[in-house]
Amino acid sequence: MGADDAIDTQVAVDWPPYRSTQLRHPKRQVVVLPERFAELEGPVFGESDFDRLDNDLTAAAGGEPLGERILVRGRVLDEDGHPLRGALVEVWQANAAGRYRHDADRHPAPLDPNFTGAGRTLTDDEGRYRFVTIKPGAYPWGNHANAWRPAHIHFSVVGRMLGQRLVTQMYFPGDPLFDHDPIFQSVRDPRAQQLLVAGLDLGVTEEAWALGYTWDIVLGRGGRSTPPDLD
Amino acid sequence: MPLPRTPSQTVGPYYSIGLCRRRDNDLVPGGTRLHGRLLDGAGDAVDGMLELWDARSHRWGRSPTDADGRFEFTIAKPEPLGNDAPHFEVLVFARGLLEHQRTRVYFPDELKANAADEVLAALAEHERASLLAQPENGALRFDIRLQGDEETVFFAV
Repeated sequence: MGADDAIDTQVAVDWPPYRSTQLRHPKRQVVVLPERFAELEGPVFGESDFDRLDNDLTAAAGGEPLGERILVRGRVLDEDGHPLRGALVEVWQANAAGRYRHDADRHPAPLDPNFTGAGRTLTDDEGRYRFVTIKPGAYPWGNHANAWRPAHIHFSVVGRMLGQRLVTQMYFPGDPLFDHDPIFQSVRDPRAQQLLVAGLDLGVTEEAWALGYTWDIVLGRGGRSTPPDLD
Repeated sequence: MPLPRTPSQTVGPYYSIGLCRRRDNDLVPGGTRLHGRLLDGAGDAVDGMLELWDARSHRWGRSPTDADGRFEFTIAKPEPLGNDAPHFEVLVFARGLLEHQRTRVYFPDELKANAADEVLAALAEHERASLLAQPENGALRFDIRLQGDEETVFFAV
């Protein structure tokens, strides 16, 4: 395969279909730091940095939350396919009815007293993470007429190097809202869009208990928004 | 061929549920207050979050912005690293930002080190100014402008 066949994983930061980008995306060309900063280390976290790590979002509030219980599992890798051990993975999401436990969320869908929607964990020696949660609901967001977000879980990952910092969203396979969601569509290459979609995995599924999904996360090494070569 | 990177997506409006579960903005208890506002191209407050990183002393912090776009940290000035002037790396996350932005904050009392700093030296005067905190009543003030005539300098992430 030639370079032209490489998947374009960049997101369009100047993206009018998502209205809030309009006054918020920087317009000047980014400055490229000297090469010696490319592998600048970032913060490293350990279990002692947290009073608790909670990768079971169904156990956060005393009772079982409503909704479809799921398992989400995957690995955090660098671009060479090496697992990243000790990466901090933080997640947050809406409940099964599509409502966030947040003062600013005015969607008239019920809150679930048994669901806070937050979790965090550190990857193990093989770069693996695992969350138990419920499948979040779709919700309206007012960006345009009939704007509904496809179901998603927000992921924040702190890798080894500062250039490996990533905040993104994990989606569920086959969601009919993909074609109508400007945030999902801000990733222009359809093959790159699929990198945001978890796979249903019967190997992860626990019989008679919860469906399983697998989603691997690949962190870059800086330079993602480096302007393309002008040659 | 390297594996394709997972694309970025916005942190959205509800990031605090997952990312601000506790106060993380005290890098040095009792230290200097570093504060400012995160502003959009119209000069309005941006709901978002900053992460501050001192690569020399391995001090890290995170601050959400309030309704006025205000963030704050307590810090100690990082040590110089080689010929690099003391600075923090700063990552900016917000609804409406599909990928986080990276900038730096430098210190106003480091005239000599700032003048010798390779990164600052490569910038135009008005760009340099956007990366300098300003002294303000014993604290340091640093505003970040995502757009506009005084747009802050951002680095490739």
